[in-house]
Amino acid sequence: MTEHTVTAYDQELTAVAGRIAEMGGLAETLITDSVMALMTQDLDLAQRTIAQDVRLDELLLDIEMRNVNIIARRQPMGQDLREIMATGRIANDLERVGDLAKNVAKRVIAMDSGLKSKTLAIGLEHMVELTQSQLKAVLDAYTRRNAEEARLVRERDSEIDAIYTSLFRELLTYMMEDPRHISQCAHLLFCAKNIERIGDHATNIAENVYYMVTGERLTDERPKVDETGAVTGQGA
Amino acid sequence: MTQMPGTIKAAAMTDTKISARNVQVYYGDTHAIKDVNIEIGARAVTAFIGPSGCGKSTFLRCLNRMNDTIDICRVEGSIDLDGEDIYDSRVDPVQLRAKVGMVFQKPNPFPKSIYDNIAYGPRIHGLVRKKADLDEIVASSLQKAGLWNEVKDRLDGPGTGLSGGQQQRLCIARAIAVSPEVILMDEPCSALDPIATAKVEELIDELRENFTIVIVTHSMQQAARVSQRTAFFHMGNLVEIGDTQDIFTNPVDKRTQDYITGRFG
Repeated sequence: MTEHTVTAYDQELTAVAGRIAEMGGLAETLITDSVMALMTQDLDLAQRTIAQDVRLDELLLDIEMRNVNIIARRQPMGQDLREIMATGRIANDLERVGDLAKNVAKRVIAMDSGLKSKTLAIGLEHMVELTQSQLKAVLDAYTRRNAEEARLVRERDSEIDAIYTSLFRELLTYMMEDPRHISQCAHLLFCAKNIERIGDHATNIAENVYYMVTGERLTDERPKVDETGAVTGQGA
Repeated sequence: MTQMPGTIKAAAMTDTKISARNVQVYYGDTHAIKDVNIEIGARAVTAFIGPSGCGKSTFLRCLNRMNDTIDICRVEGSIDLDGEDIYDSRVDPVQLRAKVGMVFQKPNPFPKSIYDNIAYGPRIHGLVRKKADLDEIVASSLQKAGLWNEVKDRLDGPGTGLSGGQQQRLCIARAIAVSPEVILMDEPCSALDPIATAKVEELIDELRENFTIVIVTHSMQQAARVSQRTAFFHMGNLVEIGDTQDIFTNPVDKRTQDYITGRFG
């Protein structure tokens, strides 16, 4: 990208991009740590993860203020304008990712007993891996300004939805088998839902990266495969 | 993948008012306008933007043959107004300029009364016979230019006694007085403060109901605010023309992109 005639303008945009990168890295860490805390029942790690989320909130506010300033002082146009709009939304999504990871960490503390069966968590672990790779891919697409990579991230979200659906069924089976599992499975189910939502935010980010780079919206309908409603006969 | 839902083609071309084909302009040996082809829609505002010396004002001045007044200036190609070539030898440039009025960068009222500034055009073009008709034209022109309430009690006062913003609206009223079809504006707000600028922009927005307006401006924000279509000129070439919304959010050409985002080397 050619540089602006006004150097300070470039610096301001770069500063925002740098903060998005920081938010992205932090969000990834929060997911890793909260899931680690869940798997190992590490209450300390869970507490630290909850505390770390504050930084994401700060960064979001900081980015919003910077963007407001750039709009007021530079009147961005074209790709700069799209970038400002996109980074604002991306920052919002990353802040939400942090909240969802924090919720997982809170569940670790709320689950009074330790994780009785690791097999219950295996499906969840797989889902987390996929979600993390999605988030990483979309952050890379953002950094590289690569619309095609962003589009592919968006397409892959259905895999996470599919795993969530099967995980839902699995947990339901466990609960029916033995009512003593219900409390733990309910917690895990909420964790799974949080992870699935993180995947949705990665998709949002992908859409914004695509718009930022191309100026066009991805609007073709993606297949929705959350079929958890079909299991219970009502909305999940 | 489609256009954003917001990209409504509401600003799409209306009927063509001016159609320029293969226009070349030379100042002596300098090739100032290079093969410009453009259609300008009726009853809409078209903005010309581009860096200094890109040819936007030169091209604007071709549209009412203002360049005829410059000896070394030569115009080739054809420019049609309502399908008729304005460079045809049978066209009287003075009559043409009554149809295609012009407002300049610096407000330039005649050193006459406010009334006479407006009445001058209708008088020399013989548009009126009776004093009452002339009064009517003066009043309605000033009203259309949004200046009536400010000057109605001092029509005999000198036009040069008005503030800069009022003088510019007086010049717009003067242009309107001869019932033109097209109004060319060459950086009409560059000498005005933001409030006076806003009044002129509000006026431009109202005038486009009845007039075809072409505005040259150095302020991209102004082009974005007032126009429906925007044309970007660079080094004598028309690089890109499109709906204003598209030009400022997602231009096609790299040069347009660089210019509107402030990246021009």
